[in-house]
Amino acid sequence: MALAPSINCAETDLTADFRDQFLLTYQHMLLARVLEEKLGSLYRAGGRIVGGVYIGKGQEAFSAALGVQLRKGSDIYGPLIRDQAGRIAYGEPILDCVRTYLGTITGPMRGRDGNIHRGRPKEGLLAMISHLGSLLSVVAGGLFARRQAGTLGDSIGATSIGDGGTSTGAFHEGLNMAAVEKLPIIVSIANNQYAYSTPNTRQYACENLVDRAAGYGIEGVSVDATDLASCLKAFRAAVARARSGGGPQMIVGTLLRLAGHGEHDDASYIPDKARQGTSARDCLAVAEKFALDHGWMNSTDLRELNEEVRLNVDQTISKVSNEPAPDPFKENWQALSSADLVEGQHEA
Amino acid sequence: MSITYLEAIREAQYEALRNDPAVFLYGQDIATFGGAFKATKNLSKEFPNRVFDAPISEDAMVGMAVGAAVEGARPIIEMQFADFSSVGFNQIVNQAATLYWRTNVPCPITIRMPSGGTAGSGPFHSQSMEAIYAHYPGLVIVTPATVEDAYWMLLDSVQLNDPVIYCEHKFLYYHLKADQIGDHELPIGKARIARPGRHATIVTYSAMVHEALRAAEELQLDGYSIEVVDLRSVKPMDTDTILASVARTGRLLALGEAFPWGGVTAEIIARVTTEGFHLLDAPPMRLNSKDTPIPYHPNLWKSHRPTTSTIAGALRRLLRY
Repeated sequence: MALAPSINCAETDLTADFRDQFLLTYQHMLLARVLEEKLGSLYRAGGRIVGGVYIGKGQEAFSAALGVQLRKGSDIYGPLIRDQAGRIAYGEPILDCVRTYLGTITGPMRGRDGNIHRGRPKEGLLAMISHLGSLLSVVAGGLFARRQAGTLGDSIGATSIGDGGTSTGAFHEGLNMAAVEKLPIIVSIANNQYAYSTPNTRQYACENLVDRAAGYGIEGVSVDATDLASCLKAFRAAVARARSGGGPQMIVGTLLRLAGHGEHDDASYIPDKARQGTSARDCLAVAEKFALDHGWMNSTDLRELNEEVRLNVDQTISKVSNEPAPDPFKENWQALSSADLVEGQHEA
Repeated sequence: MSITYLEAIREAQYEALRNDPAVFLYGQDIATFGGAFKATKNLSKEFPNRVFDAPISEDAMVGMAVGAAVEGARPIIEMQFADFSSVGFNQIVNQAATLYWRTNVPCPITIRMPSGGTAGSGPFHSQSMEAIYAHYPGLVIVTPATVEDAYWMLLDSVQLNDPVIYCEHKFLYYHLKADQIGDHELPIGKARIARPGRHATIVTYSAMVHEALRAAEELQLDGYSIEVVDLRSVKPMDTDTILASVARTGRLLALGEAFPWGGVTAEIIARVTTEGFHLLDAPPMRLNSKDTPIPYHPNLWKSHRPTTSTIAGALRRLLRY
């Protein structure tokens, strides 16, 4: 059986353009990591964050390598739970993130939805719902409508999911539809080995998730998701194929989630053996070492970058902390845009 | 020259496609084949590249419509049978229904649901889903009972900037004819007095409007005049018109073809008893189908759902109180 190719980055791929993108993506990863650490500590301190905190520690390289390829405002991006780094790389300001976590009225969701359930659909950034798999067809629909209207051009769509989400009917329906319509969509699958606590062995029975691509008649590649260089190479190629009419592209990245499902989860179900394997490498440390080894950064650059990022995060959180919470008396409680058709506003 | 309920649905889609290039049709077998019930017959010929066959994927069909709506399209999705929309339930109630509330981006999609029973259709091709969807905030649920409403309410639905569940009744497809489509009179959200009366009110919708009207004819022979209110849309529900009718008659029969537990008839009675208890001269009554899956054989099916004679029987009990 011919298996789908696996992507590795060779030394010959390291052009100046690649170096610039690598360093830019690394900065996005670092910002995501620092931001999420801060959100985690705010959560543990209690009182400030409503609901849970869901972080992408260990998935930053894979997530940001996709986000950085997308053109904000023209490409459609449907990020999922562990895509803070991808969101930043796409161009979502971290203000949107902090405002949504803190539930302020100033955020894009105005306190009506929280944490990772945020977006600005009119600007190409879809707002996920919790039902896994369901965004794939929505991204596809956006591309479909643009093709209908003649405005698609070379814009593409992208969405991501984990190994667990690939078991849903919605994922299969959406992927099949996107394939039938030959839409320019990137489907990024972070195989982080555990769907909440359920291991791969209880999630799917095929050898590698990327083998599924063939079943839908689309291209698929595997990549070591702890290695930013390989991720960038894979997503660059997939995005280029999608932009030039190659149809849906699936990329499966192998890694281990380096945190719990959410900050409430200590991930004690992950065995020590897994924690010591190659897929448990920290993608941020791997990327850092790669940049240092190639002379693309030195330790001073790293220290300055860290200081800058921490300042940015602290200032953002302090700014948002002083912003107003939603006021139930000013809320219009309308779930329909047609105000004349709204029900349930009667006083009891 | 006459037009059927089904032809009115086709004509409305023709008009919607003609009026607005942002409208497109997506559903199973709707292009060349013209749809399982021929509701889109010839539309792909008249609007090539605007009418598309979908894979058998109700979830993806609705998700796709939501994504398209965000980009400014106004898709009309055809569910082959309302029953099958259960596969797309998540996208309807969680994706489409919450989009505006969460993001302030309107979601102008219309989902056509061939609803209700016909003889021999059985448990999976006869269901009425309106109450299921009406339960969820963020959706508008329309249930046209006349050729006129089939036409105008579909055009209204497409123009509305919110997701509309358009429940068209399969029994009415060929059984209901009009000489022509009349003028646009009532907007979505307003009920219609289908027949005025003063002894009792039947509040109903969709195909049951016609059973109710026949039952009212029967009661006329006994000297009773029965008012029939056609809700037209079950959400929003025109509570004012219902209460005004009950104020005139003092008696209420809430009638629906759907399963009895909860649902539209329960909602009607809840509204009348909480907001108009003092208007009632008798306990309100409700009549629905039986609480079983919908049977296959016509003998069983006819006894499963309300009919003219069971409605007339219920009215007599209501009037005797």
